[in-house]
Amino acid sequence: MNNNKYLREELLRQSGVNPKKCMKCGKCTATCPAFDEMEYHPHQFVSMVESGDIEPLLKSESLYKCLSCFACIDRCPRGVEPAKLVEAVRLSVIRKQGGNRLSADDVPSLLDEDVPQQLLVSAFRKYSK
Amino acid sequence: MKVSYFPGCTLKNKAKDLDLYAYKSAEALGVTLEEIENWQCCGGVFTTAKNEVATKLSSVRALKEACTKEQPLVTVCSACHNVIKQTNHAMQTDKDFAAKVNRYMNEDGGYSGETAVYHYLEMLRDLVGFDTLKEKVVNPLKGKKIAAYYGCLLLRPNSVMNMDDPENPTIMEDFIKALGADAVVYSMRNECCGGYVSVESPDLAKNKSNAVVNNAKAQGAEMIITACPLCKYNLVKNGADIPVVYFTELLAEALGVKEDTNE
Repeated sequence: MNNNKYLREELLRQSGVNPKKCMKCGKCTATCPAFDEMEYHPHQFVSMVESGDIEPLLKSESLYKCLSCFACIDRCPRGVEPAKLVEAVRLSVIRKQGGNRLSADDVPSLLDEDVPQQLLVSAFRKYSK
Repeated sequence: MKVSYFPGCTLKNKAKDLDLYAYKSAEALGVTLEEIENWQCCGGVFTTAKNEVATKLSSVRALKEACTKEQPLVTVCSACHNVIKQTNHAMQTDKDFAAKVNRYMNEDGGYSGETAVYHYLEMLRDLVGFDTLKEKVVNPLKGKKIAAYYGCLLLRPNSVMNMDDPENPTIMEDFIKALGADAVVYSMRNECCGGYVSVESPDLAKNKSNAVVNNAKAQGAEMIITACPLCKYNLVKNGADIPVVYFTELLAEALGVKEDTNE
């Protein structure tokens, strides 16, 4: 639990999110375009980080489904900005040694003749360090 | 008028049309795009973590060069625009971040967000003017029903991007009207195409992209325009059966500078 307390503070500091502002209206999750693919939804990231229940998030595939579309950030009536918390949790996973989700060896299998460079650089920015 | 210009990686490769027609059209409108010297890739997405510094330096370098030349910085790609504008905002508002960046760069005078960043569409609206654009159109696209696809990155987060009303934008529709065409308004125009998730969850991207295209078609669109190479890729790859075209191509066509560009 001490570890989680430290991690919780680190996540709040680097994201700049204050989960106490959340009034649990669920609008972030309702507007999330990746809702169907997510095990934990944006509002759950906010409440689970707040309560220190972070382990399940670290292991969740949901980290890699966030589209960084900023919809939950813009549509939150309280300015909580859940996506920044999702990003902070993801970074705490992929910044660890061996935490990369995507490697250069994966690239050939991802290519088709139309793939824009933007797709690959964005994916690497999100899935690897 | 001369402005600094950040093209970005995709515009020099898979999205050459977006770049070429941006140049040709700007020229026809009396604007010279001066490409940033030795620009580097913006990284495609802005990392919101406050302690992420190195990945934002390429944007700061481009901003700093425009600042030194006392020019606004113009972008065309939605992703470059989002990353550079958010980085500029962080340099203006986050003192700790700006201090770290400036120590890292160690350049004379530092940089603290002085440069004005314009998306090409904003340049047309705010620096050229849609009325002036309308006057310069030689080939009005009369009767064409065109749907603007904003996606996410042009509009959000609105507190930073500040381009238009993020839920009911008009800038691309006004652009379409200035070219003489009919703008088709549809509800999915500011929803996500799936973005980079198409590398590992193609079905998710497919669902998102199809929802956008189907909604545009249901409202009578014959064509979709976008500023984002990744939006275009996702829409086309997932089976859009109406043309998805870069907005600069449409602009070049209306300005009569499209034909002589196929060297």
